[in-house]
Amino acid sequence: MDKLFPKSYKQETKPHLFCPGCGHAAILKQLGEAIDELGVQKNMALGIDIGCSLLAWNFFDIDTAQTHHGRTASVMVGYKMARPERLAVAYMGDGGAYAIGLQSLLHAVLRNEPITVIVVNNENYSMTGGQKSPTTRKSAEGGDLRGFKGPEMISHLAAKNAWVGRGSVGNPRQLRVLFKKALANQMENKSFSFLEVLSICPVNWKTDAAASFERLKEMEKIYSLGEIKIDDEKN
Amino acid sequence: MKTNKSKKLFISGNEAAVLGALDAGARLMFGYPITPASEILGTWIKEAQKNKGLQFLQTEDEIAAGFGVLGAVLGGVKAFTASAGPGHILMQDSLSMAENMRLPFVGVMMQRGGPSTGTVNFSQQEVSLAAFGGNGDGLRIVYSASSIEEMYELVKKGFDSAWRWKFPTLILGDGYLGKMKADILLNRKKSATIKSSPILKEGIISTNLRNCYSSERSLGEALRANIADWNKTKVKIAESETFMAAGAEILILAHGLVAAAAKEAVLELRQKNMKIGLWRPITLNPLDTQSLKRAVAGARRVYLFESSLNQFARIIKYELFGAEIDIKEITKPAEGFTPEEIIGLIK
Repeated sequence: MDKLFPKSYKQETKPHLFCPGCGHAAILKQLGEAIDELGVQKNMALGIDIGCSLLAWNFFDIDTAQTHHGRTASVMVGYKMARPERLAVAYMGDGGAYAIGLQSLLHAVLRNEPITVIVVNNENYSMTGGQKSPTTRKSAEGGDLRGFKGPEMISHLAAKNAWVGRGSVGNPRQLRVLFKKALANQMENKSFSFLEVLSICPVNWKTDAAASFERLKEMEKIYSLGEIKIDDEKN
Repeated sequence: MKTNKSKKLFISGNEAAVLGALDAGARLMFGYPITPASEILGTWIKEAQKNKGLQFLQTEDEIAAGFGVLGAVLGGVKAFTASAGPGHILMQDSLSMAENMRLPFVGVMMQRGGPSTGTVNFSQQEVSLAAFGGNGDGLRIVYSASSIEEMYELVKKGFDSAWRWKFPTLILGDGYLGKMKADILLNRKKSATIKSSPILKEGIISTNLRNCYSSERSLGEALRANIADWNKTKVKIAESETFMAAGAEILILAHGLVAAAAKEAVLELRQKNMKIGLWRPITLNPLDTQSLKRAVAGARRVYLFESSLNQFARIIKYELFGAEIDIKEITKPAEGFTPEEIIGLIK
């Protein structure tokens, strides 16, 4: 196979069906590279949420099941209980994870379920036409834009051996490293792992390439990248 | 709980459901407490504390419980859930996914009074929800248990049906059936049956499953295949009991605990030389239509009793359409019937 593509790709489903310029494809490429580097392609299952993420149901040559909107963490919790020796990974959007599926996400964190949850945050409901989502920044007093700090919130609730982080499609090299950490943590510590990935949505943002990455830079200014660890002594 | 094969047991319908699941080879239960089904989870947890091969998860809600079941099933483990009323509503989300993707799903639903929070006791108002509750066409197997012993048998059978036919399977009890305890003699036997293997197959070529289709045509094709399977197998799935219906001039149609009361009424009226019988569906969906048609054919008068407005009657009348049989419907949503009451209403 062409070296440009991860070995874990399902070749016959390429070209992929995401919109031109969509962040998902670039994110999935780094996920694929991380999976290749860890050699876990045949030792994992991927749960795919509804929304744009649903298009990833046959993206990889990896056992994959599409689930329902917001329900992927719950499905992968069940899967992991049945197959504890395999990696269980949930791939979701910000609407699925932070709105309709937030309850299940938080309880998976509280129970320290040994699954890896990946949330692609492009600040809107893209599949349905760009409606506002929990991560759509809101103007606050003084002109500040308030966002939804998913990883920070989760870090507050997470067990000590959980791993929480945030990456960006704008920094693929770092993203690949973060993916590897989020997957390795599940294997090594048998604990919860969470990675949010800041992404772009040129179609619904109505931005060209330059403006898309400008907006992404704004996001990177208000959201920290890397491992997110909030130590709360009283926790 | 006593599990000796030959011993008489003093157990509830909820406990019987757990024994059925155990003997069917279930290893994992997901649940959220709700009356009158809570003891299913409680009893399973006690069993799991004794047997390290069993697992459970008390989830944050019934949505997560239903989807947890699906995740475990994808991993190849026989898993199940139990709920009632409002929880049964929330499980429609996962049931609909199971129906689309042909995933085996087993749920025990102890019907409580509705709509809304209703009562915690009793009803037969979850028949439509169980059979036709999703955003699909109701390719679900629905059993209605009429006794504690039958709850055991049908839960066990429900697993076999779900794994054999790959349609979601619900076992209904009418509220009180979960809570009430009785001395019963169970012939406990492990299911010989269908093995469960990972649906995400872990093979050289990956398994990629979806429930969202990109065109009317592609979904239509998938649905036609599912419907063809349903039509082919529904005769094998459908079950009913005909009780003293041979030569009966009066026939009662009822299911669940209402049928149990009707059976006592039939026995008593037979002693008074009334030619009366009972036809009782064991599966509400699919219905054993051939047996129903035979049973009503000879009857002069047909009574239908149910503890919902007309959820059972709709299923019956649909199947009997064109048969020109006058059915007297006696219905009491969320209230039960005693045998004496049934006798009084028939006389």
